[in-house]
Amino acid sequence: MIRTSQNPVILAEAGIQVSARPRTSMWGRDGLRRSVVQLLFIVIAAWLCVTAAFALEVPKTPDGYVTDRAQVLSPGVEQQLERELQRYEAATSNQIVVATFPSLEEESLEDFSIRLTEAWRVGHVKKDNGVMLLIFPNDRQLRIEVGYGLEGVLTDAQADQIIRTVITPQFREGHFDAGVVRGVQAITEVIAGEFSAQTEGGHRTMSPGDLAHLRVQGRVLARLIGGLVMVLFLLDLIRYLRYRRSHATYRGRYSFWGWWFRFAVLLFVLNMLFRVVFYALLVSRGGMYGGRSGFGGFSGGGGSFGGGGASGRW
Amino acid sequence: MKRGLIMTLAVIVGIVVLCAAVFGGTYNRLVAGEETVSSAWSQVENVYQRRADLIPNLVETVKGYAAHERETLQGVVEARSKVSQMKLGADVVNNPQTLTQFQAMQGELSSALSRLMVVVERYPDLKANQNFLTLQSQLEGTENRIAVERRRFNEAAQAFNTIRRTFPNVIIANVMGFEKKAYFEAAAGAEQAPTVEFE
Repeated sequence: MIRTSQNPVILAEAGIQVSARPRTSMWGRDGLRRSVVQLLFIVIAAWLCVTAAFALEVPKTPDGYVTDRAQVLSPGVEQQLERELQRYEAATSNQIVVATFPSLEEESLEDFSIRLTEAWRVGHVKKDNGVMLLIFPNDRQLRIEVGYGLEGVLTDAQADQIIRTVITPQFREGHFDAGVVRGVQAITEVIAGEFSAQTEGGHRTMSPGDLAHLRVQGRVLARLIGGLVMVLFLLDLIRYLRYRRSHATYRGRYSFWGWWFRFAVLLFVLNMLFRVVFYALLVSRGGMYGGRSGFGGFSGGGGSFGGGGASGRW
Repeated sequence: MKRGLIMTLAVIVGIVVLCAAVFGGTYNRLVAGEETVSSAWSQVENVYQRRADLIPNLVETVKGYAAHERETLQGVVEARSKVSQMKLGADVVNNPQTLTQFQAMQGELSSALSRLMVVVERYPDLKANQNFLTLQSQLEGTENRIAVERRRFNEAAQAFNTIRRTFPNVIIANVMGFEKKAYFEAAAGAEQAPTVEFE
């Protein structure tokens, strides 16, 4: 019965154009397939070139509270810091993250660090209470990046002072462990009392970044649904054409446009339904956000940064 | 024929609903985009204001140690007063000329400040002064904030302009009076290679 749907007369009557050529010939030709493969290859190669062009790739997510890509911290200290910062966040809700990278690879420190804050989104939505301590041993540069919510207590001058008086003296001696631990301690002392963990929970509005992320997910979902609708459309079209064929002589049968209209109504209802489901999902995501916990106890939660903080060299 | 009439009505209603949905969606997106641009702009103004607020203190501190650098100090003070005298309306984001003017004045202040910072290098006492160090780090932080907020403003403006210029949004934008947003240009002179002169 599938052959029915390929009957050019019926399809033409239904307002659909179909090529007279049998379906197998299109994919049987090697030339077309090869050119498709070639095109795909070119696209992938171009994409790889573009991504390689960026000097220093910003890691999508931190490894935890401590991201020691430069391997300057001893494992014991790293674990201790990780635990302490986790405990600190549980008590105060402030997120302090330490990250080391071997080199800036010719990039500007401030450019890289602001991109990192945008990728990791340290701190919590609305509070923007994140602090990042970034260290680049090969360039002998470091930076304290302060989230919007903490700019008032951890001012640029204070960040600068921590760098100059607490961290860099240790780094000059090669004591990275001591410098980082004392630096983090100094930061916690300065920002003590600004936020507490009590105001967590409840429904929250989402930050634009999270919303954009959800939109991407939504777009994938929409594409899936689109595919589903196409399949449904084709199946129902085939069904209708069969119905039409078996009722060829009966005048009371519904016309092609009648079928089309019914299908459109069905789609409209489905559309509304999906919308309701999507917004319900959005709201539940927004509400759940505070309780989410990621790997290693770290959950970077949507804090924003505006370039506050200080940079230093040693 | 009754059936035909119903059919025609249904089609008309469908078209109207579709048009309303497209119009509503586009309009809402344009409004949201415009809001993003204006909040990004107010952040830009904030950080520039922050810099302007730092200057009197900085000038006072430098005066204490390097009073005879009058010319350089005067330059900073004048550039600052020009900046604070400039009255910006809410529609500055729609007006490239005003934005360019704003940028030029802020640029003058930037270069006056950097001249001051070069002069300051000659005064070791001043450079050791705690108050000066604090102000210097605040100034550096503020310059960094300015860079960040300017970039974010440009991104917001660009996103808005992209929405605004695509079809069919451009029709709705023109009818409803949504204007193209202005950008910050790269710093004046940055696009030209510096010329080296030999005596």
